[in-house]
Amino acid sequence: MKIIVLVKQVPDTYGERKLDPSTGLLDREASDTIVDEINERALEVALRYKDKNKGTEVVALSMGPASATAALRKALSMGADSAVHVLDDGLSGSDLGWTSTALAAAVAQTGYDLIIAGNESTDGRGGVVPVMLAEHLNLPHLSFLDSVGFNEDVVSGERGTESGSLAAHAPLPAVVSVTERAAEARFPNFKGMMTAKRKPLAVLTLSDLGLDPAQAFAGVGRSVIKTTIERPARTAGRKIIDEGNAGVELAEFLAAGRLI
Amino acid sequence: MSNILAFIEVSNTGQIRKSARSLLTAAAALGTPVAVVATAPGTGGSLVDELGALGAEQVYLAESDQLGTLLVAAQLEALTAAAAELAPAGILLSNSIEGRDIAGRLAVRLGAGLVVDAVDVRLEGGQILATQSVFGGAYTVESAVDGGPAIVTVRQGAIEGQAPAATPTVTAASVATNAAHSAVIDAVNDATTTSTRPELRDAPKIVSGGRGLGSKEKFVLVEQLADALGAAVGASRAAVDSGFIPQTSQVGQTGVTVSPQLYVALGISGAIQHRAGMQTAKTIVAINKDADAPIFEIADFGVVGDVFTVVPQLIEAMAARAN
Repeated sequence: MKIIVLVKQVPDTYGERKLDPSTGLLDREASDTIVDEINERALEVALRYKDKNKGTEVVALSMGPASATAALRKALSMGADSAVHVLDDGLSGSDLGWTSTALAAAVAQTGYDLIIAGNESTDGRGGVVPVMLAEHLNLPHLSFLDSVGFNEDVVSGERGTESGSLAAHAPLPAVVSVTERAAEARFPNFKGMMTAKRKPLAVLTLSDLGLDPAQAFAGVGRSVIKTTIERPARTAGRKIIDEGNAGVELAEFLAAGRLI
Repeated sequence: MSNILAFIEVSNTGQIRKSARSLLTAAAALGTPVAVVATAPGTGGSLVDELGALGAEQVYLAESDQLGTLLVAAQLEALTAAAAELAPAGILLSNSIEGRDIAGRLAVRLGAGLVVDAVDVRLEGGQILATQSVFGGAYTVESAVDGGPAIVTVRQGAIEGQAPAATPTVTAASVATNAAHSAVIDAVNDATTTSTRPELRDAPKIVSGGRGLGSKEKFVLVEQLADALGAAVGASRAAVDSGFIPQTSQVGQTGVTVSPQLYVALGISGAIQHRAGMQTAKTIVAINKDADAPIFEIADFGVVGDVFTVVPQLIEAMAARAN
């Protein structure tokens, strides 16, 4: 069984994250970048299956600038067998449509039985790339899974709904995305970190994928950023130390603001 | 005016989801609001009056006997058929899991541009512009879609108001689904919540608890204050991870993003990931023992103190004021 895990390099949520106001695009210089935590959980789902089923091949696949290599090396150090990096200047500033088109071509070329992604990235928070990939590939999808199980033939899982939960299954090949409830990710061990450097990491350009941007994206609607405005930072208001009367003072504050 | 499709989600028991109001309100601001609903054959008629009251000038009932058996397949075909027939300038869906599933697949299918999690939409020079709130509200980004219809998912609870009521025309169509490309639903479990508290996503007031509450038993303090304020209950990830409360109540980067009139943080330190989910609240109140807790940096009113003495006193003072 061959499992592709989608990996995205994102700005660390522990630091300041910035957009370039002139382009609306991520300011990659402004923050430390890491593998999105949700991708590590997606990878964990694949690795747990691999731990129990010898002969399973796990491929980490990412689209991003040259620096995304670090995210893929991290995935390799956790236990992925190989990595694929979709890297091309023509993909800079891709919207959801371009991203999913390029990813679909890359996973099709790589080959797969199952594609596992995180439910949504911590930066874009779109949560739609996995289903867009499924539509490109004419595959069933199961997205936002809180729990997931699979064998060589079928994947099943549960996800939340507006009013509870639902359980569903799909035959393989399929695309699934998992939430942070699906699995707690392992840490790379020393052996993993040493062997990661020797594992294969293929770089694919748009031309390697047979995609000519002028043709592949012609006639496709694009979302275009018009303006980007930074919201002024919130400032601290009044801060009191409780000396036995803070509850009453707080009630007064709420009443003054007509909040009670 | 161009047709604007609003995809109406329906619960397992046939109830229109709450997102219908804001979607039809947004659609009416952009053009002629058309409600698109996927229903089991012969059951959609009862929804027409309700959708008209919410502003739908046309109701497109797409009937499928696969509804509820295939995951979002009938819903996707419903919008595909409506888009082909009505040539809309915009297609609006809720930014729910179901809404995003349908929006993503539809965008690929139609070759249409997609903007997700919009907090506002407007028309300028005949073009639909969607506003997104990025990085927990740190940035406001406005986008348009070039080429073809704009598909936009709308954040739940973000758009207020209500479109004027209309008497809708009704179109019914039968849609076929492709079972080979769909997941199969095995079971639907509707949680039987007896809670009378408002829903977290669009509540005007929210009381959230963090690790500082100490235990699941003591977390009841959060609920007591929430009930006194008529507020929804939320939580930090630390409280969820500690098992004080289910994950559905998690506010923050990886949970629900909220923007209430009042947000009260009890025993929450205010990690940047939590703040990303609530810092656009109009008024923020924080109570925490730790005077250096980062939550105080954004609180309009901060109390350095023990939640277990301050909150009971607050509830008492509120009750005294009410009398």
